[in-house]
Amino acid sequence: MIKRTPLYQSHRDLGARMVEFGGWEMPVQYRGILDEHAAVRHGAGVFDVSHMGRFMVIGPDAQPFLQYIATCDMSRMDVGASSYALLCHPHGGIVDDIFIYRLPTSYLVVVNAANHQKDRDMMVFHAARFNVKIVDYSDQLAMLALQGPLAETLLAQSGEVRVDDLPGLPFHGITSGRLFGVDGCYISRTGYTGEDGFELFFDASRAVRVWEGLLALGGAEVQPCGLGARDSLRFEPCLPLYGHEISDDTNPYEARLGWAVKLEKGDFVGRDALLRLKGEPLQRQLVGFEMVGRGVARGGYPVHRVGGEQVGSVTTGMPSPTLGKPLGLGYVPPDLSHEGSELDIIIRSKPVRARVVATPFYRPRYKK
Amino acid sequence: MSFQTPSELRYLRTHEWVRMEGDEAVVGITDYAQDSLGDVVYVELPQVGDMFGAGEVFGVIESVKASSDLFAPVGGEVIAINAKLETSQETVNKDPYGEAWMIRLKVSGEESELIDAAAYEQFVASL
Repeated sequence: MIKRTPLYQSHRDLGARMVEFGGWEMPVQYRGILDEHAAVRHGAGVFDVSHMGRFMVIGPDAQPFLQYIATCDMSRMDVGASSYALLCHPHGGIVDDIFIYRLPTSYLVVVNAANHQKDRDMMVFHAARFNVKIVDYSDQLAMLALQGPLAETLLAQSGEVRVDDLPGLPFHGITSGRLFGVDGCYISRTGYTGEDGFELFFDASRAVRVWEGLLALGGAEVQPCGLGARDSLRFEPCLPLYGHEISDDTNPYEARLGWAVKLEKGDFVGRDALLRLKGEPLQRQLVGFEMVGRGVARGGYPVHRVGGEQVGSVTTGMPSPTLGKPLGLGYVPPDLSHEGSELDIIIRSKPVRARVVATPFYRPRYKK
Repeated sequence: MSFQTPSELRYLRTHEWVRMEGDEAVVGITDYAQDSLGDVVYVELPQVGDMFGAGEVFGVIESVKASSDLFAPVGGEVIAINAKLETSQETVNKDPYGEAWMIRLKVSGEESELIDAAAYEQFVASL
C-alpha cells in the first residue's frame, strides 16, 4: 500500500504534482523545479521529508550497538552532534547511507525511505547481541527540511526559537526547542542541498501547523519544494542518492565515500571486507562529467570508452539548474577517472562525447 | 487538473499537436506534455531541409527531470523551425500552442495515427 505523510492534503492544496517514491506518495514539484531550486540556492525552501525512516536507539548499549552497525566513529559523537554514516554488508556493499543524531538520552537514526525495512531488519538482527531497543518513530515524528541561505534568519523569526541559539548551532549540531507553539521539536543543522539549513523533527500530529508556519515566514523568499528540486539540489554538490550512486553492490571507496568509513575505530559490520577493499586497486570509480557534445545524460545511460565498448553507466544526469549546463555522475574504470578523460555517453543509441570534471560541481555553502 | 486541447488541432498519443495549413503542417507539444515535463531547459530541433516520415523522431526536449523525443505527426520536409526556442525554452511551458510551435513541414508523406481533441482529452484522462 502506498503511504502518505501527514502533509499529503497540504501538498494537494498547494497544487503539487504527486509521484510515488520509495513506497510513498510525495510531491515532486509545486511551482516548478527551477523556481524551487533557485529558492533554495538564494532564499529558502521547505521540504516534507517525512517519508524518510526515523528510529530511536535506546538503552545502555546504544552507543556500542551503533558503533558496531555503522561506519562512523560513535566514540567521537557528543550529545547534540550528528554524523553521516554508512551501513555496510559483511561483503562491504552499502546497505544504506544514514544520519545518526545523538540526543540527550537516545540516538535518532534517519534512513532512506526505500531502505526502511531493510535497515530495520539489519538493526533488529544485530540488536540481539546488545542491550538496546530499536523503536520505529517514523509514524510518530514528522520531518521537514528548511534549506537555503535565509534559513537561519527565517527560522529565528518564528519568534519562539531563541534567536541567539540558532547561530550557535554548529554544522551537524542538533538541539531542541519550541516551534510555532509545538514543544519538543528537534532542530538540526543538517540537510541534503549543499546550502545552510535545518531539519526539524516533531510530533507528526502537528505537521500541518509547523509546515504552514515555515511557509508563512518569508513571503516570496520561502517556497515549498518537492522531490524534483531535492534531487537537483543534492546532485550539484554531488551528494549520493541511494539506488543511484550507491547500492548493495557498491562499495564506499569506489563511491568516493571512504571518508565516511572509520576503519581504525574497531570492529563493525563489513570492516574486514572494507579493510581488504581499501588495500586493493579500485575496479571502478564514481566521477563527475560534463557534456562536450550536445545532449543530456540521464541515469542508466551506458558509458563507453571513446569509440569503444561499454565500461560503465550514468548514475544521475540532468541539466544543472545552477551551472546552466548538462552534467552527470557515473561509474568508469580507474584509467578513465582522472579529470579531462573523455567518455562517450550513449544517448538514444548515439555516442555523445563527455569529459570528466572535478567534483563537486557546486561547492556546498555550509555554515561551519 | 485540466489541460488545454484546442479543438482545431489534431494530436498524437505521444503528445504532439499538428495544425494543417493547406499542404503545410505546424507541429508542437501539448499543454499536457509541457506540464508533465516541467520546466523545459533545452529544445533540440532539426534543420530546415531535413525530411521525416510520419512517426519519426524530429527532435528532443529536455527538462530538469526528463528527456523526451519529439515525433513527427505527418511526413514531410522541414521548411521552418522556431529557432527562438533555443534561447527561450520557457516559452514551451508558457504557450505550447502558440509561441512555442516547433517546426513547419511541407507535407509529402502519410499521416501518423492522429486523433481529434476529444479523443486526445480522453486519452490524457486515462493516463
